[in-house]
Formats: sequence, structure tokens, C-alpha cells
Amino acid sequence: MNKLKVAVALGATCAGCDVAILDLNEKILDVIEIVDFVFWPTAMDFKLEDLKALKDGEVDVGLYHGAIGTEEDEEIAKILRKKSKVVVAFGACANFGGIPSLTNMPYESKIFDVVYKESPSTSNPEGTVPLKETEVEGTKLTLPGIRKRADSLNSVIDVDYYVPGCPPMVPLIEQVVDILRVFVEKGTLPPKGAVIAGQDTLCKECGRTKPETISYTEFLSPQEVKEIDPDLCLLSQGILCLGPATRSGCGGLCTSMNVGCRGCLGPTDKVDDHGLKMISALTSLLDVEHEEEYTEEELDKLIEKIPDPLGTFYRFTYGVSMISKLHPDMEE
Amino acid sequence: MKKEMDEKKKVGVFICHCGRNIAQTVDIEKLMEEVREKYDVEFVEDNMYMCSDPGQNLLKESIQAKNLDRVIVAACSRDMHEPTFRSAAQEAGLNPYLVEIANIREQVSWVHDDKEKATEKASKIIGSTIEKVVRDEPLEPLQIPVVQRALVIGGGIAGIQAALDIADAGYEVTLVEKSPTIGGHMAQLAETFPTLDCSQCILTPKMVALSRHPKINLLTTSEVVSVEGYVGNFKVQIRKNPRYVDVDKCNLCDDCTAVCPVVVHDEYNQGLAPRKAIYIPFPQAVPASYVIDEATCLGIDPLICSKCKDVCLVEAIDFDMQPEIIEEEFGAIVVATGYDIYPIENIGEYGYGSHPDIISGLDFERLLSANGPTQGVIRRPSDGKIPKTVVFVHCAGSRDPAKHLPYCSKICCMYSTKHALQYKHLVHDGTAINFYIDVRTAGKDYEEFYKRAAEEEQVIYVRGKVSEIIEDGDQLLVKGVDTLLGEAVEVHADLVVLATGLVPSKGTQEISHLLKLSCDSKGFLKEAHPKLKPVESALSGIFIAGTASGPKDIPETVAQASGAAAKAATILASEYLEREPQIAQVDPTTCGVCHTCIHVCPYGAIYLDEVVGRITVREALCEGCGSCAAACPSGSIELKNSTSEGIRARIKALLQG
Repeated sequence: MNKLKVAVALGATCAGCDVAILDLNEKILDVIEIVDFVFWPTAMDFKLEDLKALKDGEVDVGLYHGAIGTEEDEEIAKILRKKSKVVVAFGACANFGGIPSLTNMPYESKIFDVVYKESPSTSNPEGTVPLKETEVEGTKLTLPGIRKRADSLNSVIDVDYYVPGCPPMVPLIEQVVDILRVFVEKGTLPPKGAVIAGQDTLCKECGRTKPETISYTEFLSPQEVKEIDPDLCLLSQGILCLGPATRSGCGGLCTSMNVGCRGCLGPTDKVDDHGLKMISALTSLLDVEHEEEYTEEELDKLIEKIPDPLGTFYRFTYGVSMISKLHPDMEE
Repeated sequence: MKKEMDEKKKVGVFICHCGRNIAQTVDIEKLMEEVREKYDVEFVEDNMYMCSDPGQNLLKESIQAKNLDRVIVAACSRDMHEPTFRSAAQEAGLNPYLVEIANIREQVSWVHDDKEKATEKASKIIGSTIEKVVRDEPLEPLQIPVVQRALVIGGGIAGIQAALDIADAGYEVTLVEKSPTIGGHMAQLAETFPTLDCSQCILTPKMVALSRHPKINLLTTSEVVSVEGYVGNFKVQIRKNPRYVDVDKCNLCDDCTAVCPVVVHDEYNQGLAPRKAIYIPFPQAVPASYVIDEATCLGIDPLICSKCKDVCLVEAIDFDMQPEIIEEEFGAIVVATGYDIYPIENIGEYGYGSHPDIISGLDFERLLSANGPTQGVIRRPSDGKIPKTVVFVHCAGSRDPAKHLPYCSKICCMYSTKHALQYKHLVHDGTAINFYIDVRTAGKDYEEFYKRAAEEEQVIYVRGKVSEIIEDGDQLLVKGVDTLLGEAVEVHADLVVLATGLVPSKGTQEISHLLKLSCDSKGFLKEAHPKLKPVESALSGIFIAGTASGPKDIPETVAQASGAAAKAATILASEYLEREPQIAQVDPTTCGVCHTCIHVCPYGAIYLDEVVGRITVREALCEGCGSCAAACPSGSIELKNSTSEGIRARIKALLQG
């Protein structure tokens, strides 16, 4: 049996996606049976030159995780595309821009100030910031340039399949392995553009019971709820949960731990803007029967209870959101 | 995500001049040229008045001659002539839902001056409408079968009038009343303003007519316990509580009350007179039968006393009667659950209702009534003396947002004026003083009635609020202020009548929960539109009559009841209801069953079908408002012919240079 040649490339990532692959535990042996890793710098000693050295189209499946944050990320993605028959966006960052794409908020000129000068935990009295080129003792050192935006993989290359999640959960990776096996044995693949996760939303698999109608009067952090009912819908207990707007596939990992869904699997096929849809649903649910009695001030107070609205509703999908496209830096 | 256009659509665009309404601001020639050039359309034509017969004929002929399969009429708001053009297209053999309106009048010519820019905007609106029309699917109106029978809830004057009107129109009506008789509050009143007609005299003929009407099924001592379904098809459960007296056998001989040992306050007489545990509410009660008060009778489980049963020669009394659940289907429902009066027990400054000679307006009605506790002689409750000075306090507990009701109950000024006037008629040497904030007489002949009381019949009107009423010997000291003179006023009165306002009845509150009708901040039922749909609720097929939706006088209540009846009859008039097919649909493959839509739907049109575990739209109830589609967090709900993809395409077309 011919083994599949698989490359795992990465961009702006925490490498949690690499660990997720290893989380297959003993199933990784099945993977090795059908897969030859021809490039996986996190796990083995590979350099970009090794990927470049492969023939175009020689790689059967190229996985890419992380957002496109630097010019180098973009370059690697393009090389991976050239070398691979099939490219898979692996993990929330490659799918939607992920957490790195929250940097699109303060735009390029400001992001260095925020990270290297203003953040409370930083001491940088000389105000040193990374430079693309630096002279150190007569040697020129270079760093990849920061792009204006941290983007999803499909904004720079054509992507065949999507595996969302932060990181993709083991059952989803197992599905990928199964798809690879079918590819090896029969040469067939799912239709292009398929998302390897559920089609519906987390509510379908979370297992908590819902009151016939869900309503809440305030947002609470889990620690504010005296006793979280382990069987009752978190939203109806006032705990912010993105489950209703988020694709299923995780089996309710967070909600089973009394933690509201953070939305790492992104929206369903039907939705362009994950955060906007969740905001629309949440505001629709707010104490509907008495909504007319709320004053603007009371509503403001309620919203203040959401500590970081952007980070809450767009934790993983800001890069592909509509509002990120309204950014002043994007006007050209 | 992009939907493939399977075949090229032949779009016809018809541009209306609307006389000069559109043409003076939009360059029609240029617009036609632009539409031809910019968009992929089959046919473009203009007309002076598209809505005229020649205009409609142009549309019809062009559809047939050019084989058009999509039509856009660029004219006025779709609220105006969408039905006109859709039916014209239908006559030409085109599905009417493949016709769209591009509004270039209200949205363009009427709001702009710059001809060039207005023309450009008109073109974009047409372009955006093309994006919609090419995506439109042919639809058929929904056919909903109708149960041609109405339910009226509440047997006051509103319910009686509505039931009579619907029955006279030829439909069966079931009227459900909680108490043992119909008649409601109006049966308690003495005379009515401004004509001083005897209330009973004008009400009881209607009560009798109702009881004899072959199309009306009257259920007293009954309550609606559950309502399911939707317009044309309501499934209703009614609990008929036991009366313990057989209506058909009871011959009204009154032998039973003589022997009944239980004496309680008579609610018909506002507790100012006693009654027995077996009683008839009032002589003209309908149905004409005695009834046993379950709460106080000693004969019902355990059987301690059976004196009435022993003397009843016709054997009408049956202590073993049980509640009965009646299930019926109705096509329309009229809610006429009426009001309660604001309790004087709530008003601390006027003694919390603890003094026997400080009474409510409704109490005073009973004192005025010939069949009341005093046979129409005005005697005060404390000692039975005829009061020589009576103070009538307007707005008692009304127009007082800090402590009591914030609103004006509309009828109190008039009924207090009537009370004062009638008192003067009965006690010629008596003094009637009305304390008022302002006298509101907005009604036919109301001002004249007030003038008559104040000018001809020597009723004294003092402009000012009563601050306190305290006992002073065997009299009451009424303290207030005359705001016209700017002086404090103190009056000794023998009797004080508080003109309290109207609040939603307990029944109104219960029914609003049962039928999921929305209420305003005061608890009165909310109309579908306060001006244009005053007798319709937000739920299709459920109508509102009388004071359930707010304070009203009798003529207004009766008019509204007839209005609600007419509305109900329009539903009952056909075997099938046609409903707009542009309603919500759920895609079960992406729906996560999160219940958001159930909560936001104002019409109760979305529910979880437990059998298949899917969110389901009750097609007959959906009004196509789109609330669910906007709220659906998984994007699984769309309105037919208003898909997200289509809306995006429309926005894009509008924003493109």
C-alpha cells in the first residue's frame, strides 16, 4: 500500500493543533500506517527548505494550522498549496483567523505599541519594537514582516477542506484519519469545501435540557451563579454560551464542565458572521416579555456585564467577520 | 453558498411615471436606457399610470407577448399596488409571487430633488429588485380549513353583543361566562349616562335574545382552561363547573332560599346586602335558575344540610353534580373579559375602605338601583340614614402614577356626574359636591349632561383633589383644596363616593396567559394596532371587545363588540382561509433546536415537534414577519422568497457603483 505524503505547515499558531494530533494517543499508530509525514516542523526536524525541495503536487495532503499573520506565513501557505494535491485548513485560526485575528482590531501601527509598550505586564523603557531588519555587530538580521491583518488561510490560497476547532477535537481528527484511509484505499474524497464537523449547532449535542422558551435577565459569569444546574441550559441560567450559534462536533466539551461555549468551531454553513448572529439571537432572547420596560441605561448596564464583547463574540472568527472588514486600515 | 441560477430568467421591467409624481424627479427615458444597458433584462417599458387599466393591460400583454417569467413594476410602495400587479400578472398566467415592486416614488421621487442622482438611485433600486425577482420561486397561497363556529369569552355587554352579532350573521357561537349569569357589570348599574336609560331595561332584552338564540350555546359557571391551535382551528377545553341546580327543572319558586341557613354577602349588591348559599344573582338572570355557592353551602361534601333539596318540589337540586370538561373547536375567538374596579381598599388617604360610609361608585350604583339593597332609596350603609350631603371624589386612585393608577379611566367623570344628578333627583334637599381634577366629557351629549348637572340641577363642582377623609362624629370630614380659589376646603359629608377607575379583570389576566395575548404595562390586552386594528389581537383569529383592552363606556364597548364580531365573521365566512405563503421555513440539517425562535415568535407559530425532535412552523399562524430568521443563531430559518443569499445580493446591488 502506498502511504499518503502528508505535510503539516503552520502560521500564527500556538501549536495546540500539533498537540491535538498527538492527542490521538494510540490511534496515531493507525495514522503512521497510512501516512508519511514529509514536513512537520513542530514534531520533527524539518526546515522550510525541505518543503520547497518537494516536487509540485507531490504532497497528497497538506494540513495548515494557524492564521496568516506574517509575510512568511503567507509564503509558507502558498508553498504548501503548490506542493499539495489537497489542502486542509486545520483549526480555528486557519479556518477563521482565530485568536491572532483579534490583532486586526488595533491596526498595524498600533499593534506593536499595544504589545511592546502599553500592555501592563511589559517593561520596555527604551520602547524597542521588532524591526524587519536589524544590524547586530555588523550582521544583518531579518524578521518576517507583520501583515496588516491576520487572516484565515482561504484568504490567501484555495482551500479544499476545513477542520475547525481550537484545537480540533480528537473525534474530528479521527474523522480526518478515516477520510485519509478512504483516500488511500479508494482514491475518493469528500466534496470540495466540506467542513469536517457537525452540520447543526452545539445545542443539538450539548445534552442539557432547555425550557420551552429560553430567556434571561442578566449575564453572569459562572462563578456568580450560586449553584449551576448541571442539567439545565446554561443560557437560561444567565451564563453566556455561544452554543446556539456554533457548529456541533465537540460533543459539548465545555458545556459539560458548566462552561459556556466559546464558539471555536465557528458558525454553520448558513452564517457568514458568527458574532453578529449570536448577538442577534442573544438580544432577541433578553427578557422578551418585559423588554419594553428596560431603559437605555439598564440595557447599557447589562451589556457592561460582558467583559470583552469583541473577544467574547468573535474570539475565533474576527478575521472573517464583517465588522473586521470595516476597519479603517482596510479602506485602500 | 452561492445559488446557481439554473436558467436565465426573462425579466420584464415596467416603469411608472405616476403622472408627474415620479417623472418630475426621475428621468424616465434615461432610467429605461440604463436598465436596458446595465441589467440583464428581457423587456423594459414605461407607462403614465401603471395602475390604470391600460397600464395593467400593458403588463398582461407583455407577459404573454414576450414570454416573461419575472416581472418588476417600478412604481409606488408595495403597500399600495403590489396586489394590483400581482393579480394582473396572474390573469396573464404568471405566478403572482414572481412579481416584485421597486419603490421609486416614496423612496426616490418624493424624497429627492436632484434629478440625476434620483435617476441613479431609481436604477439601483431596480437592480436590487432584479436580484430578488430572479431568485423568487413560484408560490401558492396556503389553504387553511376553517371551523365555522366562534367562541366568545365573557358574558358582559361586550360578549353579549359580539355573540348576538356573530349568531345573527348565521354562525354558531359558544359563549363562556365564569359567573352563574350573563350581564356583567352593566347588570349592576342603575341608570346610564347621558340619557339616564335604566341599565337593566336596555340590557335584559339582549340577555333574553341571547338565551333564546338558536345559534348560541350559553355556558355559564364555565371557564376556558386550555386553547391550542390557530386561526380557523382553535381547540378549546372548557370546564363547566357544577351549578348544583338543574337549570331545566328549576321553576324559580324561591322556596329554597327561605330555608337555607347560610347567609353571606351578596356580590351582585357589592356586599351591601345579604344572600343565601342558594340564590339567584338577580331576578332577570340568564339562565333563569338558582345556583348553589359551592364555597359556603353546607350540602356539598360533606353533606351537613339538605334543607333546600328537601323543599324543592321539582327536584332540581343535585349535590353530586361534577365539573364537566367540554372540548370544542372554533374558527375565531372573541375575548370580552371586562374589567374590575380599582379597590378602594388600596387608597389609604380615603380610609382603606374601612369606613362603611366611604363607598365606591359601583356600591353607589347599587344604592341607586330599584332592585338594590335599599330598593333605590339612598341610605348610607352605616346607619341607614338618608345622607344630606354627599361628596363624590373624582379620580380616586386614578391619574396618580406615584401611588395608584397612572391613567384616566375615561368614564368616572361621567358616572360621578350621573351619580350626583341622580342623588339630587332622589334627595331634593340634599347637597351633592363633586371634587374633580378636570371634568372630561368627551362623548356624544356628555358635555351637555355635565352642564345640566352643574347648571340646572345645582350639583356643586369643586376643582381640587381630596387630600384626606376622616371620621368626625357621625359624619365624615372631607379635606381638600379648591384650586380655583386657592383655598383649603373642608366639607362635612354624610356619605363619600369614590369614583375609582377600571383595572383589567382577573379573567382578563388569566385569559391573556392562556391565549398568549400580550398586555400593555397596565395589564389590559394589547391591540394589534392601537388605531387601525383596535379589535384585533396580535394573534390571527383572536379578537378583543370591550374593556379587556382598556377603559371604555357602554356605547364604545358595544361598537367594539360589533366590530370584533364582524371581524370574526369574516373569518367564519369561508370554508378555507387563504394565507400568504411567504412564511418561515426551517432547515433541519443545520438547526440545532436551540429554541431561540420559539421565544421570539410573536404569533406562537414556531414549536418543537417532540415526536421528530424538530423545530416546526405552524404555517397557518406564521405572519412572515421574519423575527425568527433574524434571531436564528444557526441561520437555519429563512422566509420563502427572502433568502439570506438573496438579501445579500440585493444589498450588494444597492451599494455597487
